[in-house]
Amino acid sequence: MVALLLRRIASLILTLVAVSVLIYGIMDLLPGDPAAIALGTSAAADTLAALRQEMGLDQPLPLRYVHWLAGLFSGDLGSSYTYGVPVAGLVVERLSLTLPLAALAIVLSVLIAVPLGVTAAARRNGFIDHAASIFAQISIAVPGFWLGLLLIMLFAVELGWTPAGGFPGWQAGLLPCFGALALPAVALALPQAGVLTRVTRAAVLDVLSEDFVRTARAKGISRQVALWRHAMPNAMVPVITILGLQFTFLVAGAVLVENVFNLPGLGRLAYQALVQRDIVVMQAVILVFSVLVIVVNFIVELAQLVLDPRMRSDAA
Amino acid sequence: MSVRPTVLPGDKRTSVARSSKLVAGLVITGVLCAIALVSLVWTPLPPTKIQIAYKLTAPLQQGLLGTDQLGRDVLSMVMVGAWNSLSTAVAAVAIGGSLGTVAGLFAAAARGTPEALAMRACDIVFALPPILSAMMLGAFLGTGRWTAIIAIAVFMIPVFARVVCGAARQIWPRDYIQAARGAGKGPMLISIEHVLPNISSQIIVQVTIQLGLAILTEASLSFLGLGMPPPSPTWGRMLADSQTYLAQAPWLAVAPGLAIALAVFGLNMLGDGLRDTLDPRTPLLR
Repeated sequence: MVALLLRRIASLILTLVAVSVLIYGIMDLLPGDPAAIALGTSAAADTLAALRQEMGLDQPLPLRYVHWLAGLFSGDLGSSYTYGVPVAGLVVERLSLTLPLAALAIVLSVLIAVPLGVTAAARRNGFIDHAASIFAQISIAVPGFWLGLLLIMLFAVELGWTPAGGFPGWQAGLLPCFGALALPAVALALPQAGVLTRVTRAAVLDVLSEDFVRTARAKGISRQVALWRHAMPNAMVPVITILGLQFTFLVAGAVLVENVFNLPGLGRLAYQALVQRDIVVMQAVILVFSVLVIVVNFIVELAQLVLDPRMRSDAA
Repeated sequence: MSVRPTVLPGDKRTSVARSSKLVAGLVITGVLCAIALVSLVWTPLPPTKIQIAYKLTAPLQQGLLGTDQLGRDVLSMVMVGAWNSLSTAVAAVAIGGSLGTVAGLFAAAARGTPEALAMRACDIVFALPPILSAMMLGAFLGTGRWTAIIAIAVFMIPVFARVVCGAARQIWPRDYIQAARGAGKGPMLISIEHVLPNISSQIIVQVTIQLGLAILTEASLSFLGLGMPPPSPTWGRMLADSQTYLAQAPWLAVAPGLAIALAVFGLNMLGDGLRDTLDPRTPLLR
């Protein structure tokens, strides 16, 4: 078990290093001199050369990468050209919106998908099963950013219940903040819920056909107890796996939904950095998103090992 | 004595549901392709024709789906958008799908270290959400149709590589592969002549499902301004433009979004229907 854990951690670190090399390499190949962008077109040649030296742009690529990586470990992500502030602070500030939004969306999608998927499986081919399958098909097909627009039209423009976008900031109190995050979280959660409903249904059906469930029923345990106490914990392994894999799409969805609702999160920051060609910020944001995806998938792998002892021997 | 297949109650309904999925998928996808092709030769009005006098006119008052902020005909724009969306998706899946298939076949044939390396590389590409890799590429290549195609294709490569490698690994231990080996065929020839035909149904299903995903991603990219540049209309940019007029002209946000959702819905139904028909054993998982 310890050896397995160490091997997983080693592979996690290798993946993180590979991703950081990829991101740094691609961003470095971008046309356009960061120093020239920072100073504008009318800069004198010697000012430009001085800034290039100050930014370390005159050094070879591998050396710059090592400097950048060393900076990462001391919490220094560089300075934004356009905002003129350290990127690390900017990223942390934006994460304080994106992480709660993502968490809210995940909780919401699980709260919709798991009861729906389990009920659909328990009453196979019944009304709820068909309704769940139609819900899943539709919610997978509807793009989250369009759903966001429709929600704004209904709840903000027509009914006036929620703001159409923007974020008051956490100092304004929890209630207004959750009010601002409610619609974006729904727009993010529904497409996820569709996928999760299908996976939950299939996983529960799989487990229900296994011997230990039949044994439990034969011992006189009621259908409901067999379903929730015996089948559910086993069915959760594939559900958690998909939840981890879907995290990539959740991040992608956050970039779009934050733009629809004008939320100052990490996704909006990435978009603004792209428009302003602020390479240092883009590097940092894309790195943070990728590390989030990798770490979430690592945690999912660990959760699988905890939930399903069979995986330990299989993976070893 | 002949062995009769066991018929369980509910099987008939399931098979009806399966074929109805296939039919629904074929009809929706067929209509979508037809609209896209028709738009090449005919639209009610030229999609870029500006008629300021008729700007923001409601559906049916001016054209079937109304007009946008410049008085352009929304129906014509949605039709041309179908072609732009579909052609981008097809190109991306064709490029990513064939590269991924080659990588997957190679990994399954080589096994050992090359396979492990290929799958690890897949993990790394997977860690970059397609929107973000498109943003990086967009900054690198400039925005445009090819940036969108390449960004989507890059994400498709590991998807196909994994599916193909997994399917091909199940074919390799079979007897007929051993026979082909015995006949002196090399791994490349075996992969093309024997493995590929036997996993083609899995690849076809994957192509259909990934086409839906590619349409979604293309729409997201053009929503962010990373897709085809104006004036040629795309569903994503129409939605982005509609944001300013949500209160005055809600129809601008409805038509293109509905088009995206229907296109993806149709392709997903087609993929599910094909999977059930080609391989009834697989559970209905995405």
